[in-house]
Amino acid sequence: MSMTILSIVITLLVVALLAKPMGIYLVKAFDYQQTGLDKIYGPFEKLLYKIGGIKQVNQSWKQYALAAVLANAFMIVLVYMVFRFQGILPLNPGDIAGMEPTLAFNTAISFMTNTNLQHYSGESGLSYLSQMIGILFMMFVAPGTALAVVMAFVRGLAGNKLGNFYVDLVRSITRVLLPIAFITGLIFVALGVPQTLEPTVTAHTVEGAEQSIARGPIGSFLSIKELGNNGGGFVGVNSAHPFENPNAISNFMQILLMMLLPTSLPFAYGRMVGNKKQGRVLFVSMAMMFVVLLGTSLAYEYQGNPILNDLGMQHDQGSMEGKEVRFGTGQSVLYAVVTTASETGAVNSMHDTLTPISGLITLSNMMLNTVFGGVGAGFINVLMYAMIAVFLSGLMVGRTPEFLGKKIEGKEMKLIAITLILQPLLILGASAIALFTPLGSDGISNPGFHGLTQVVYEYTSSAANNGSGFEGLGDNTSFWNISTGIVMYIGRFFGLVTMLAVAGSLASKKLVPETVGTFRTDTSLFGVILVGTILIVGALTFFPTLVLGPVAEFLTL
Amino acid sequence: MSNLQRENGNDFPQNRSLSNLSYNQPNKKGGSNKTMNNAMVKQALKESFLKLDPRKMIKNPIMFVVEIGFLITLILSFAPDAFGASQIAPWFNITVTFILLFTVLFANFAEAIAEGRGKAQADSLKNSKKDIMANRFMPNGEIEVVPSTNLRKGDIVLVTQGEMIPGDGQVIEGLASVDESAITGESAPVIKEAGGDFNSVTGGTRVVSDSIKVRITSDPGESFLDRMISLVEGAERQKTPNEIALNTVLTSLTLIFMIVVVTLPFFTKYLGFSLEIPVLIALLVCLIPTTIGGLLSAIGIAGMDRVTQFNVLAMSGKAVEAAGDINTIILDKTGTITFGNRMASEFIPVGDEKIQDLVQWTAISSIKDETPEGRSVLVLMKQKGLKYDDQVAADGQFIEFKAETRMSGMDLKNGLQVRKGAVDAVKQWVIAKGGSIPKDLDEKANMIAKEGGTPLSVACENKIYGLIYLKDTVKPGMRERFEQLRQMGIKTVMCTGDNPLTAATIAKEAGVDEFIAECKPEDKIEVIKYEQSQGKLVAMTGDGTNDAPALAQADVGLAMNSGTTAAKEAANMVDLDSNPTKIIEVVSIGKQLLMTRGALTTFSIANDIAKYFAIIPAMFMIAIPEMGVLNIMRLDSPMSAILSALIFNALIIPLLIPLAMKGVTYKPMKSNALLRRNLTIYGLGGMLVPFIGIKLIDLMVGLFI
Repeated sequence: MSMTILSIVITLLVVALLAKPMGIYLVKAFDYQQTGLDKIYGPFEKLLYKIGGIKQVNQSWKQYALAAVLANAFMIVLVYMVFRFQGILPLNPGDIAGMEPTLAFNTAISFMTNTNLQHYSGESGLSYLSQMIGILFMMFVAPGTALAVVMAFVRGLAGNKLGNFYVDLVRSITRVLLPIAFITGLIFVALGVPQTLEPTVTAHTVEGAEQSIARGPIGSFLSIKELGNNGGGFVGVNSAHPFENPNAISNFMQILLMMLLPTSLPFAYGRMVGNKKQGRVLFVSMAMMFVVLLGTSLAYEYQGNPILNDLGMQHDQGSMEGKEVRFGTGQSVLYAVVTTASETGAVNSMHDTLTPISGLITLSNMMLNTVFGGVGAGFINVLMYAMIAVFLSGLMVGRTPEFLGKKIEGKEMKLIAITLILQPLLILGASAIALFTPLGSDGISNPGFHGLTQVVYEYTSSAANNGSGFEGLGDNTSFWNISTGIVMYIGRFFGLVTMLAVAGSLASKKLVPETVGTFRTDTSLFGVILVGTILIVGALTFFPTLVLGPVAEFLTL
Repeated sequence: MSNLQRENGNDFPQNRSLSNLSYNQPNKKGGSNKTMNNAMVKQALKESFLKLDPRKMIKNPIMFVVEIGFLITLILSFAPDAFGASQIAPWFNITVTFILLFTVLFANFAEAIAEGRGKAQADSLKNSKKDIMANRFMPNGEIEVVPSTNLRKGDIVLVTQGEMIPGDGQVIEGLASVDESAITGESAPVIKEAGGDFNSVTGGTRVVSDSIKVRITSDPGESFLDRMISLVEGAERQKTPNEIALNTVLTSLTLIFMIVVVTLPFFTKYLGFSLEIPVLIALLVCLIPTTIGGLLSAIGIAGMDRVTQFNVLAMSGKAVEAAGDINTIILDKTGTITFGNRMASEFIPVGDEKIQDLVQWTAISSIKDETPEGRSVLVLMKQKGLKYDDQVAADGQFIEFKAETRMSGMDLKNGLQVRKGAVDAVKQWVIAKGGSIPKDLDEKANMIAKEGGTPLSVACENKIYGLIYLKDTVKPGMRERFEQLRQMGIKTVMCTGDNPLTAATIAKEAGVDEFIAECKPEDKIEVIKYEQSQGKLVAMTGDGTNDAPALAQADVGLAMNSGTTAAKEAANMVDLDSNPTKIIEVVSIGKQLLMTRGALTTFSIANDIAKYFAIIPAMFMIAIPEMGVLNIMRLDSPMSAILSALIFNALIIPLLIPLAMKGVTYKPMKSNALLRRNLTIYGLGGMLVPFIGIKLIDLMVGLFI
C-alpha cells in the first residue's frame, strides 16, 4: 500500500511540474503578437483561415459568443446526421445500423459539449466513420471551443480585446490539442493500444465458445479523449478495458493528460493578467481541495465495504468491487478523483461500486466543477467563484469590490447570479423530475439511497459536462437521452455566454489603481476565502441532496 | 470679516478623530441626540406592522419570501390539511407562524428605526420652515409683504434684524450677522455680506443684526431646507449601486435555496417518506440570507444618517458609498491643513541687539494690535515665558496697518516711534530716520523666506532690533490623519496659492503626499481630471464660486455651508459646520458603510452551516434514524431543533440592529489586516455563534416540548 501511495504522490508531482511550462506555452500559443510559434504553425493556419474564409479581426463579446454557439450548433446538426445515417455511409465494416433519433441527439450534444456521456456502447453502436468523423472530430473541437472561450475570457479580465473565436479555435487545435495528442497517441500505440480499421475479430475459446473482440482506431482516440477532458471511451467500459488502458504506464499517462490543461490554465492566466502570484494562488487553492478530496476518498476506499468486512472478508486491498485488479484500489481511486475533478469522465473502474463516501467525492467534484474543472469551462467557473468571493468579502475592506483592478458591479453580479442559479436548477430540477416520473425512476437499478445517487450523478455529470456515468442506470431511453441532452447543452453554453458577457463588461471598465487599501486577490488569505466560498456556496446548495444520497447510504450500510 | 467665517471652520472638533468614530457624541441639534428614544421606538413599532403590506414587502425579495412562508403556515395553523394530509402537531404550525411573523417584523423594525432617526430630524427642520412673511421689492421700488411661498427665483427681498430669511438667496446689498442654528446647529451667528464667497443665505435662518437685500435663488419646494428635509426623511432614498448588486446576489442565493427546498420533497418521496410543509418552510427561511436581507436597507439608511450626524448633508447614498472608494483627496492648504493665519514662531535679533530688547519692542508694537499676527506675537511670548514691560506702552497711540505703509506700531507718550512690518518697509522707514541697516538683516530675512515663512522687521526710531518669524501653522493632528489616510491607501494633494518653496515646507510639515503651488481654481480641475484618468476616485472640498466646476468634477465634492450657492449646488455633500477636514470623516463613514454590509453578509451566509446541521438531521431522522449522527449539536428533538434554528434566525436580526446602525468598528489599517480581522470576527464567528446560539435556545425550548 505504501508503494501505491508513493506512486500516487509521484504522479501528482509530475502533474504539478508540468502545469507551469504548459501554462507558459498556452500564453504563447494564444498570443496575437508575433511569437516564435508563428513560424511553425503560421503557414498551416493561414491555409486554414483561407479555406474557412476567416478574417483575423477582434470580435465583441457578443460576436465571440455567437460565433462559438453557432459553430457548435452547426456541428451538432452535422454529427447528428452522421450518426443517423451511419448505416448507409462508408467505413462501416461492422455493419452497424443508424442510430435511434433520441440517442443520436444525446450523443451529438454529448460530444459537442465535451461531456461524452455515452448512452451507447462504442464498439457496437458506432461505425468507424461515426467514431472518427463524428466522435473524434468533436473531441478536438469541443475542448478547442472551451479553450478558446477561456482565453477570450481571460483577455477580457486583463482589460484587452477578446480576440477572434475562429482564430482561437484553430489555434487551440493546431497548437495545443493536435500536436500533444499526436505524440501521446503514438506512445499509447507503442504501449499496446490498438490502432486499426479492421473489424471486430472473432476468437474461439478453448471451451469452444465464440467471443467477439472489439478493436479499431483506439490509439488516436485515447490521447484526445484524455487531453481534451472528453472522456468518451472507444469501447463501452472505457479505460477499464485492456485495449484502452493496457498497463500502469498508460494509466499514469492518462492521468497526466487529463490534468495537463486544467492545471496549466491558472499559470497561463497569471501571466496573461500580469499577476503571476494570483495564478499561483488559484492553482494552490484548487490543488488543496483536490488533495483533501483524494485523501478522503482513498481513506474510505481502503477501509473496504463494511458489509463484506462484517462477513469476515479481508480488505487489505481496499474495496475491490468494480475495480480492475490491474490497477488496484489506489490507482482506481486516483483515476476516479482525477476524472471527476478534470470533468473528463473517462473511467478505469465502475463509479457505481465506489464506497458511498468516494461516490460522494466524485459527485462533489462535479457539483463544484472548480477543483480544476474541465478544460476551460472549469477555470472560468473558478474565476466566477473568485468574483463572488471578492464581491462578498471584498466589501469588508471598506471599498466596493474590485477584481484585477476592475469594479465588480450590478451588471456583472446579475450575470454571475443567473449562472450560479443554473447549476442547481439543472441538477436538482432534472433529478426531481426523473425521480418523480416512472420514465426516470424506472431506469434505476438499485432503489433507495443508491438509486437516488445514480440519478443525481447522471444529471450532475451532464450539467458539469463530465460524462462519466454512475452506471447501473438504464439510461438509453428517450427520457434520459433527451433530458440529459438538454441539461448538457444548457450546462455547457449558458455559462460560456454569460461569462463572456462578464469579460466584455469588465474589459470596457476603467482600471482602478491598486493601493494599500485595495482588496488583494493574490494572497494566501484570498485562497482561503475562495475555497471557503466554493465550499460554502456549493455545500449549501447540494448538502441536502448529498445527505439523502451517499451520506444516507453510508450511514445505513 | 471673512475671518470670522473661517474661524468657525478652524474650530476643529478633536473628539471626532478618525480613529475614534463614536456616534454617541452630543448632537448639536438637540432632541434627536439619543440613538433611540421612546417616541421613536413606538413609531418604529407601528411602522413595522404597516410595512407588512405585501406591496411594500416585495421590494425586499428575501423578506417577501419569509412573509409568503408566514401566510402559508398561517393557513396551516387553521387548516392543517389544506395542502395535503399532515401529521404534524397543530401547535408546531402555530409556533412556526409566530416565529416567521416576528422574523419579518424584526426586519421591518430595523428599517423603521433607521428611518425614524431621519424623520425626527426632519420634524425639527420642518419647524423652522413655518410660514415666513417676506418684504418683496416691487418693480417700482416699493416694498410689499407676501408669504414666502409666493417668492420666485429672481425676486429681491429686504430682511431686517430679527426677521427670518424667506428663502435661499444671495446677498446683493449690505451686511448682516445671521443665526443659522436651525440648519447647522451652531449657535454663533455668522456674517453674510454682498460680494465675495460669503454672500449666500439659506431660507429659514434668522438675521440677528443689521439688514440685507437678498436676491432669491430658488423656487418654493426646491430650497435647501426642502431638500434637506426630504434627504433626512429618506423620501428620496434610492438604492445605491453596490446595494443593488448585493441585492442581486442575495436574491439569487434565495432562489437557489428555493430550488433546493422545492426539489427536496421529490427526493424524499422517491425514498418513501414525505416532508411536512412547515418544516420545509422553516428550512427555507433558515437558509435564505434573512439576516442581511432584513438589515440591508437599515445599514444604508444608518450610513446616510451617520453622515448627517456629522452635520454633513449628503445629496445621495451613492455619494457616501463613493466616499469609501476615494483614492485621492484634494485639500486646500489655507483653512484646511493650516490655520490660514501666519503666526509668530520665533524672534531673531539682528546686528548686536539682544533678544530681550527685541522682545520688548516687539511686545510694545503688538500690545494693541488685534490682527491675528499681532496676537500671535504675544501668545508666543507667553508660551516661551518671555517677559516685557507693558507700562512703556501706556497711553501710547496705536498705528494701524495700512497697505501703503505696510507697517503697524505705536507712537509712545515720550515721542518714541515703534514699528513692525514688512522688512523693506521698515528698512526705508529707518533709513529715513537716519539709521543704518544691520548687515545680517537681509541674510536672516531671506533665510526665513526660503523656509517658507514671512519675516517681519521690528524697529524703534532709527534702529532695527530684529525679525519676527511668521509661519503658517499646520493644525495639530493633521500629520497623523494624513498618515492614517496613507494607510487606507488614500493620497492627499494640497492646493495652495503660495510659491513652491513655501508650499513645499508646509507640505513636508503636514505630511501630505503631493502639493500644487501657485494653484489656480482651473488647476484643481486639471488635477482631478488627471487623477480620474488614472481610474482614481477623487474627493475635494471647496467653498468659492470658482470651486464649483471642480466640485462638480470630483467624485465626492464637499461644499462648505458658508460657501456660495453655486458651490453648494455643484457638490454632492454640504458640510453644515463648514469644516473642510470633515471630508476625511466622510471617507471613513463610506468605508464603514461598505464594511458593515460585507461583514453582515458574510455573517449571514456563514450562519447557514450550523442551521443545516440543526435542521437536516431533524428533517430526516424519523425516516432514517441513522441520520442522528449528523445531529452534532445533540439537539433535544427534531421539533425543538427546527424551532431553535428558526428562533435563532429571527432573534439574530434585532440583536444585530445596533451593529447595523452603528456600523462595524473601523480602524484605518492595511486592507489585508482589515480583511483578516473582519473575516475572523464575522466569518469564523458567523460559523460558530449559531452553533452555540441554537444549542442554548434548544435547551430552553426543550423544557416546553
